[in-house]
Amino acid sequence: MTDILNAFVLLANFVLIPGLAYGSQLALGALGVTMVYSVLRFSNFAHGELMSFGAMFCVLITWGLQSAGISIAPLPTALLALPAAILLTIALALITDKLVFSYYRHQRSETVTYLIVSVGVMFFIGGLIRFIIGPDDRVFADGERFLLKARTFKDATGLSEGLAIKTSQGVTIMLAFMVVAALFWFLNRTKTGKSMRAYSDNEDLALLSGINPERVVMITWMITGALAALAGTLYGLDKSYKPFTYLSLLLPIFASAIVGGVGSPVGAIAGGYVIAFSELLVTFAYKKVISYLTFEQVVPEGLVQLLSTDYKIAVSFVILLIVLLIKPTGLFSGKTI
Amino acid sequence: MAYLSGANMTGGYGDADILHDCTIGVERGEIAVVVGPNGAGKSTAMKAVFGMLPLREGAVMLDGEDITALMPQERVFKGMGFVPQTQNVFPGLSVLENLEMGAFIRDDDISETLEQVFQLFPILAEKAEQPAGELSGGQRQQVAVARALMTRPKVLMLDEPTAGVSPIVMDELFDRIIEVARTGIAILMVEQNAKQALSIADKGFVLVQGQNRYTDTGAALLADNDVRKAFLGG
Repeated sequence: MTDILNAFVLLANFVLIPGLAYGSQLALGALGVTMVYSVLRFSNFAHGELMSFGAMFCVLITWGLQSAGISIAPLPTALLALPAAILLTIALALITDKLVFSYYRHQRSETVTYLIVSVGVMFFIGGLIRFIIGPDDRVFADGERFLLKARTFKDATGLSEGLAIKTSQGVTIMLAFMVVAALFWFLNRTKTGKSMRAYSDNEDLALLSGINPERVVMITWMITGALAALAGTLYGLDKSYKPFTYLSLLLPIFASAIVGGVGSPVGAIAGGYVIAFSELLVTFAYKKVISYLTFEQVVPEGLVQLLSTDYKIAVSFVILLIVLLIKPTGLFSGKTI
Repeated sequence: MAYLSGANMTGGYGDADILHDCTIGVERGEIAVVVGPNGAGKSTAMKAVFGMLPLREGAVMLDGEDITALMPQERVFKGMGFVPQTQNVFPGLSVLENLEMGAFIRDDDISETLEQVFQLFPILAEKAEQPAGELSGGQRQQVAVARALMTRPKVLMLDEPTAGVSPIVMDELFDRIIEVARTGIAILMVEQNAKQALSIADKGFVLVQGQNRYTDTGAALLADNDVRKAFLGG
């Protein structure tokens, strides 16, 4: 019995908790991509850098607060810096729209033009970030490191496996839950939210109903900027802030959005968790779990790891391929792309 | 001059004109129907009246005011409602949300209008929470008409409201349209089912190749031998 519990705790510690946290970060990122896709009708490749931009300002403001001696321990100071970082990211999103995307909108450009333009914006923001903060790894997490320490858990339960929950993981899951709930309330219950869904559903009819497209676009960028800054900060808090990682984060984020069903907010969230858990489950070494559940004689010598963690990024690709081959509209039947 | 009129309209999408000196219009509380063979420019004439087609010549007047230069959205604020032929609902939104979006420009209480619309189309009250995209063709057309009524328009323009629905549903829709007209709303519509449409019309316009061929009351057009032979199948 204890062996089964030990196996379960082991999985919870290395798969369930990290998966929930990473999945929430991907879900928030994918929600941003989905918002832009369903209202502005293009895949925004600059979204990863937008996340990075928000996280960068959060790092800078956190440093400022830390040197001023302001803290909200045991919570990380970054949470205090987050609102300002969100506002700055929203400003950047609105400025890029005004200077770049609005031109193509008035030209009624093809989707693929938008896509290429967003790649340009991606490189620009990426350069801007390296110009401001440089390419190095930055640690900005402070406060209490763990909500639940492995040792405390072991002492309390008497199990030989420990369960640890990092503060950043707890904060990520909590904040993601609250923000997603608020977003869904906004989209489904408020007049402005409904008008955004209407605009995404049928642009021409929205115009005939007197819905102002410029306002819808503006609110979309505001929500996207806020989601990006939040997702970027939470990811940086969990792992550490390094500008380069946000470029490679783009693939799992797009995979999440497509797996869930492009243009479907619920799908983006589901997709985020599917991708996160797949990555962790495929790269987890099962040897110890097997040793808990079976006899010593049958435990294999290797690590029983399906894929080295170096190939983690390939998992999103494979899932993406499978979904596009079997159910191109995604789990929650978004638009086919 | 009629309450709503598009007079001597000439224009098209590119260099070639589709409408040539075409005139259509409607009075308050009346039903005017635009009929004609395929490609006669019926839908184009409607779009021109609603400002979705640039006019080279001619003018659109609403209640004595020249609205030729207004954008379609601005015409909505002036009291015009338009039901496009296709893609005339928000498929992902519930029926109720569709109606709420129809009333988007209103800041006052819409519950009374909602009640009137539900009285007119009882089936919509039943399906209020269902996504409009899941409804049958006839029910979807009712949503489309109801959505346009939510602004309490003075003029309602319908582009082939009975396209793709069964004859029974068509009769029912026509009954509803007559009821709407009785409340004092001017109705201008394009119809493929010319005979039935003219039988409920106060006024009929027969268009051929973007020009007015016959203009008279609905009854007179139905009785006209030439019109019957050429456009109504004998």
